[in-house]
Amino acid sequence: MTKLEYLKESPSQTAGPYVHIGCTPNFIGNAGIFKEDLGARMVNEQSKGQRITIKGRVFDGTGTPLKDALLEIWQADSEGLFNSPSETRGDADPNFTGWGRQPVNLETGEFCFETVKPGSVPFPDGRAQAPHINFWIVARGINIGLNTRMYFPEEEEANAADPVLSRIEHRVRVPTLIAKQSGDTYTFDIYIQGENETVFFDI
Amino acid sequence: MSKPTTNAGPFFPRDRNWHPQALSPNYKTSVLRSPQKALLSFGNTISETTGPVFGHNMLGELDHDLVLNYAKPGESALGERIIVHGHVMDEEAKPVPNALVEVWQANAGGRYRHKKDGYLAPLDPNFGGCGRVTTDENGYYAFRTIRPGPYPWPNGVNDWRPSHIHFSLFGSGFAQRLITQMYFEGDPHIPMCPIVRTINDPAAIEMLVAKLDMNHTVPMDARAYRFDIVLRGRRSTMFENRMEGN
Ligand SMILES: [Fe+2]
Repeated sequence: MTKLEYLKESPSQTAGPYVHIGCTPNFIGNAGIFKEDLGARMVNEQSKGQRITIKGRVFDGTGTPLKDALLEIWQADSEGLFNSPSETRGDADPNFTGWGRQPVNLETGEFCFETVKPGSVPFPDGRAQAPHINFWIVARGINIGLNTRMYFPEEEEANAADPVLSRIEHRVRVPTLIAKQSGDTYTFDIYIQGENETVFFDI
Repeated sequence: MSKPTTNAGPFFPRDRNWHPQALSPNYKTSVLRSPQKALLSFGNTISETTGPVFGHNMLGELDHDLVLNYAKPGESALGERIIVHGHVMDEEAKPVPNALVEVWQANAGGRYRHKKDGYLAPLDPNFGGCGRVTTDENGYYAFRTIRPGPYPWPNGVNDWRPSHIHFSLFGSGFAQRLITQMYFEGDPHIPMCPIVRTINDPAAIEMLVAKLDMNHTVPMDARAYRFDIVLRGRRSTMFENRMEGN
């Protein structure tokens, strides 16, 4: 008899308020253990593509910004290739990591990523996805990391055809995934609850 | 690093009833920090199945040794010396090699080296509470530390966290990302803890409880605890829809 024997995934637990000790120790002044906080730098002078800054805050249900959140982003390079061993379509820009990790400012709650604007990547059925950046948010009080995406406001046409954005039934919620642009700086505020609750993903 | 021929298929869907619910009212902070609308579900795209790789060469010599990595020369952290070790595997029990395992914890008195921790237990000048390792080709990892103390926290009037070590896991894809906590076998605080109890299924909680492992204890030096971690499995891509023209 054939038996299906799968293990269960280890259950998630909150990152808690002291996530910095393990993930960004230099940020809180615990220097001397790791040379540099992982994910602090995504780009260098040779990175290809348009350099951009992404800023924002993460708000709780009262509209108060979280002061203890940690965010990670993952994205394609300017040509739409991922700097990953499981990228089989070509070689991504070796001067761009694609992965960033930033804590929010302990006083203001603001996060900031210096990165490049990603190219388009395909959906599994071959359609193009609009340029986007994957976000993962953890903090005290968040029992399982929140997944979402940021899209670019100037990509109106691509956004309208994006297979993921198209799946959002309540169209009034689509703008929660689209950043606001000011030159090369994009603001992406994340609302965990409330009227403008960001669309979070089960992926 | 050379490109291993990894399975880059989509991840098995997450069992969201096995994981804690976002809203767990007895863990008060979750009330205002839990999404209230339904999550948008969709199959993984390449943005979710890919992820960065962390080479062994980025690690420092003492990154896996919390007893020494913040200590002055010739000194070491105070507390019960322990080795925490185990395998990182996926839901098909296949090893996850090159996984990044990051840990952080309180010192033996239950105090964190963090500017926001005001607990009256003293800091240990020789303990930073932070470490990291990457798993080997068999998914195995090990680090040395001291057993963290329980500590009180503002939730109920008298809530204490069980001794625990925070774990951050980075496998081979961004959608596999996981943060969790490890508890110690036999700790009476486990069943009382509102954070542990955000998980409904006792079998799920059991997965987070490390077992005393006398076989790997170093005699006259440090006891061992075994803690295996399971990350999401991946589907084979053999029968996936192909992109047009490929
Ligand atoms: Fe903790």
